[in-house]
Amino acid sequence: MCSSDIQVDVIIPTQTKYLDLIGSIGERIGKDLETFEGDREALAYHLNLVLTEATINAIKHANYKNTEDTVRITIQIQEDAVIIKVYDHGQGFDLENVPVPDFENPKEGGMGIFFIKTLMDSVTYTRQDDCNVLEIVKYLK
Amino acid sequence: MKLNLEKMNGYSVLFIQAERIDAHNSGELKEYILDMIEQGEINIIVQLELVRFIDSSGLGALLSGYKNTAARSGKLALSNLQPQVLSMFELTRLNRVFEIYADLNEAFENEP
Repeated sequence: MCSSDIQVDVIIPTQTKYLDLIGSIGERIGKDLETFEGDREALAYHLNLVLTEATINAIKHANYKNTEDTVRITIQIQEDAVIIKVYDHGQGFDLENVPVPDFENPKEGGMGIFFIKTLMDSVTYTRQDDCNVLEIVKYLK
Repeated sequence: MKLNLEKMNGYSVLFIQAERIDAHNSGELKEYILDMIEQGEINIIVQLELVRFIDSSGLGALLSGYKNTAARSGKLALSNLQPQVLSMFELTRLNRVFEIYADLNEAFENEP
């Protein structure tokens, strides 16, 4: 990691009241990304949204029986990219088989992963040791 | 979530008094709207002027209200969307589903 990189590392209980905190960190980071040449206000909103959606996804997949379960979120800010990793301890899901929303017959759910895939540049979901990692990359150039 | 309900020009206008609608408070919004519909308030405008952020669950709560008013021959329209919030409706094509007005005066030009 070069000296200009920043990493934010947050661990929260699996409770929805922390979504605002996580999303707000992303929004603030987006507003300050001076190397980004596009619409920084839009980027800030998108980072807020993607972090919110990825975190609620991890909370939903978490083990509800374990009240001490946590979700870990890391945000790495590099010169040319923002890398978000969200770690959950649940059973996992198949990212590739999440259906695209049916825009002609919209439904109430199922838009979260669509937002992440559409607004970011790369998304993967892998098993690592005792947890799953959703890794999201947004390139800045 | 703080919500204010006012009767105006034949509509039930629901003012969202929160900057953020996400999975923490969208369930409450959805239930509130469904309660309104149960009580016969089927012509609803949701005024979103203060809302800076909406996530997929917030869109889902509004869509639930839309479907339930439509099923009773009513409607649920939206007004005063901030640009980034509007862009979420465009991304999901929900701007083709909802009637979206710049402000309440424009909404009132269409009678319930």
